[in-house]
Amino acid sequence: MRRILYLLPVVVFLVLGGFFWRGLQMDPQLIPSPMIDKPAPAFALPPLKTDKPGLASADLQGKVTLVSFFASWCVPCRAEHPLLMELAATHQVNLVGVNYKDKPEDALAWLGKLGDPYAAIGADRDGRVGIDFGVYGVPESYVIDKQGRIRFKQTGPFTVEDISNKLLPLVAELSK
Amino acid sequence: MIAETGHFALILALFVAIIQAVVPLVGAHRGDRAWMDVARPAALAQFLLIGLAFGALTWCYVTSDFSVLNVAQNSHTDKPMLYKVSGVWANHEGSMLLWVLILALYGVAVSAFGGNLPPALRARALSVQSMISIGFILFILLTSNPFARLDPAPLNGNGLNPLLQDPGLAFHPPFLYLGYVGFSMAFSFAIAALIEGRVDAAWARWVRPWTLAAWVFLTLGIALGSWWAYYTLGWGGYWYWDPVENASFMPWLVGTALLHSSIVVEKRDTLKAWTILLAIIAFSLSLLGTFLVRSGVLTSVHSFATDPARGVFVLGLLFVCTGGSLTLFAIRAPSLKAGGLFAPMSREGSLLLNNVLMSTAAGTVLLGTLYPLIADALNLGKISVGPPFFNGVFLPLMVPVVVTMTVGPLLSWKRSDLGSALARLKLAFVAALAVAIGSWLMAGGSATPLLAAGGFGLAAWLFVGSLLEWGERVRLFRAPFGESLRRAAHLPRATYGMTLAHAGLAVVIAGLTGSATWTTEKIQVMRPGDTMEVAGYELTLQGTEEVKGPNYTALRATFHTTKNGVFVADLKPEKRQYTMPPRPTTDAAIHTNMIGDLYAVIGEPDGKGGFVTRLYYNTLVPWIFLGAVIMVFGGLVSLTDRRHRVGAPLRKPQTLAAPAAAKA
Repeated sequence: MRRILYLLPVVVFLVLGGFFWRGLQMDPQLIPSPMIDKPAPAFALPPLKTDKPGLASADLQGKVTLVSFFASWCVPCRAEHPLLMELAATHQVNLVGVNYKDKPEDALAWLGKLGDPYAAIGADRDGRVGIDFGVYGVPESYVIDKQGRIRFKQTGPFTVEDISNKLLPLVAELSK
Repeated sequence: MIAETGHFALILALFVAIIQAVVPLVGAHRGDRAWMDVARPAALAQFLLIGLAFGALTWCYVTSDFSVLNVAQNSHTDKPMLYKVSGVWANHEGSMLLWVLILALYGVAVSAFGGNLPPALRARALSVQSMISIGFILFILLTSNPFARLDPAPLNGNGLNPLLQDPGLAFHPPFLYLGYVGFSMAFSFAIAALIEGRVDAAWARWVRPWTLAAWVFLTLGIALGSWWAYYTLGWGGYWYWDPVENASFMPWLVGTALLHSSIVVEKRDTLKAWTILLAIIAFSLSLLGTFLVRSGVLTSVHSFATDPARGVFVLGLLFVCTGGSLTLFAIRAPSLKAGGLFAPMSREGSLLLNNVLMSTAAGTVLLGTLYPLIADALNLGKISVGPPFFNGVFLPLMVPVVVTMTVGPLLSWKRSDLGSALARLKLAFVAALAVAIGSWLMAGGSATPLLAAGGFGLAAWLFVGSLLEWGERVRLFRAPFGESLRRAAHLPRATYGMTLAHAGLAVVIAGLTGSATWTTEKIQVMRPGDTMEVAGYELTLQGTEEVKGPNYTALRATFHTTKNGVFVADLKPEKRQYTMPPRPTTDAAIHTNMIGDLYAVIGEPDGKGGFVTRLYYNTLVPWIFLGAVIMVFGGLVSLTDRRHRVGAPLRKPQTLAAPAAAKA
């Protein structure tokens, strides 16, 4: 009995080690979305800000749009934010935001602090629209083509490489 | 040529490490003194060779030799000299070189200061230390060679991430590594003891200073990192429960537990298997931290260049090192004989209770950090675990820790009386109650007055309790003053170390509580000439100017600050745009009066002549860093304790006649 107790640490470690091994095979950034190439779900979200429109599925028609799910409580969103600011400044894509499961006052303070890159922001307070999109966690971003179909999904924050190697070429192609 | 010399020195160091790992171990097994003593010159040679390799890389950085890939990727001629040097370890390859350099430094320190160690124990510990070294030198040579050449060499380098160009961060990694790697000493001694099958008071006394040194460096490293985040990331926070922060915090928690359980081994000759286990876990968590940061299995704000091949290698190291040592533990630990009896109400009982609580706390942090990975592997979906989990689980665990750590030092070894210990803490209880009620009333307007009451009450309890315990030892106000003074002078330094470290933690707790309760934050657009009022201060935006730094241009704002019309300071926050790589950073302006920080950040222009400004008053935040410094100081004081210098209790007292006797 006493011996078994002393075996416990190594057993726990082996279980954890198995998870690490499994973790190395997976990319925490990318997961295929069953929503790819399907029309974006129908939704209509109230605006977060008084001086900026909210977001509805009808707004996604006619131009290539990047829908970014973000929240003030999410640390990776902070890391990603300066890149979105830069992206917005280039005007290469219609960047809109969905504020996910957040308190409006927190979100407003957050955008006030870090800048607001979005052309329109919908407030998804209960995360309902996030569920329809299949959001696992924030930040998560979807590229929507002119016909309103989801063409690409980014799970986790964008990096500089993601934007220049994946996002911008895809946007350029879809904008043709 | 210099780079090749460095590369070659590192390869030689690998061979020396192999000799140091094998020969002394065989020697210790056979009882061959000559073979055992190979460890000492080998440790020195290994340190000099790795030092040469490190020096070569530093030289490449200082002279901006862009024909070296690593330098080209991470440096730039315009970078100030300090960041050319700190750039050596601000990237993956160089930081691993620093890792092995520090590992070798500890090895050399054991061979230099370990003259009073039993030869077999020293030989085995240095051998284990060298096995770790082999693993990491191989890691560098096979997956992360810092000396790789680049042909043709570019005219200039890519530069260093501007966020890392900061004095606080220049010294954060070395201290952190001195802490992480320092736990390798306790680990090596633990493995050596398991191989020998013997753990006794003398063993604990040898291990303690190394653990203490590692703890001091790790505390300092974590505090520096937190301080850096506070003043450069520009949103007034200092701790985010980010995976990489947790990776440094878990070894700290377990290391703190180890520090205390090794006292029990030394004084009471019991709790041996537990202490050995903690030594193994403390270092394994340091390795785990390395794995999490380098492999990219978790997403974090600390983005190191990640590479799956590196992840596999570090995981392999983790399996060999932790898996192997825990297996050895499972085989050998059951036969470790425990000494004295164990009464729950005693000094050792309270130390054990806190040990269990600290380990549980480390376990919850581990669970929270790894949960996204585990959930992902089990197809439960991608999730992130945020501060609400950690604050909700970790903080309640700390409450009994603080309550116990105040009472514990007043209990005597073996068997004690809780009633009399509590009676001596009456004053601390009164102080805690008064402070709790006072802060509850003061925080009445806030949403979290109970948290404030609890936090400040605990801080007061710990602070006053620690001082009372010291007063008790010197019989302050009970014996004549001269007697107390004499006693104070003769108290062991380790006792002062404990009092300081515990009081320092009380200051940290007060700082954390204060910042959580009273921080005020104002975000608005201001035009030159506008005045904002924050926590009783009036801040007037006088204007903005363009300034040029060595490798950046900055927008610098000047806030003229007054309190009740009296001039306080000019706050000059900057928004910098670095040229290489082109990235913006914020440089907050902080004015501290030690009770709180006035913290100003200048943000984006609104295009109409105004700027977004963020003004904070961070109450008691300076206390967090002050408290950490007191804790570090306490650790250093304890490190100078006489018993660490005299070494093993078993050693025969030396007399003046001894050399003569030895000759004969």
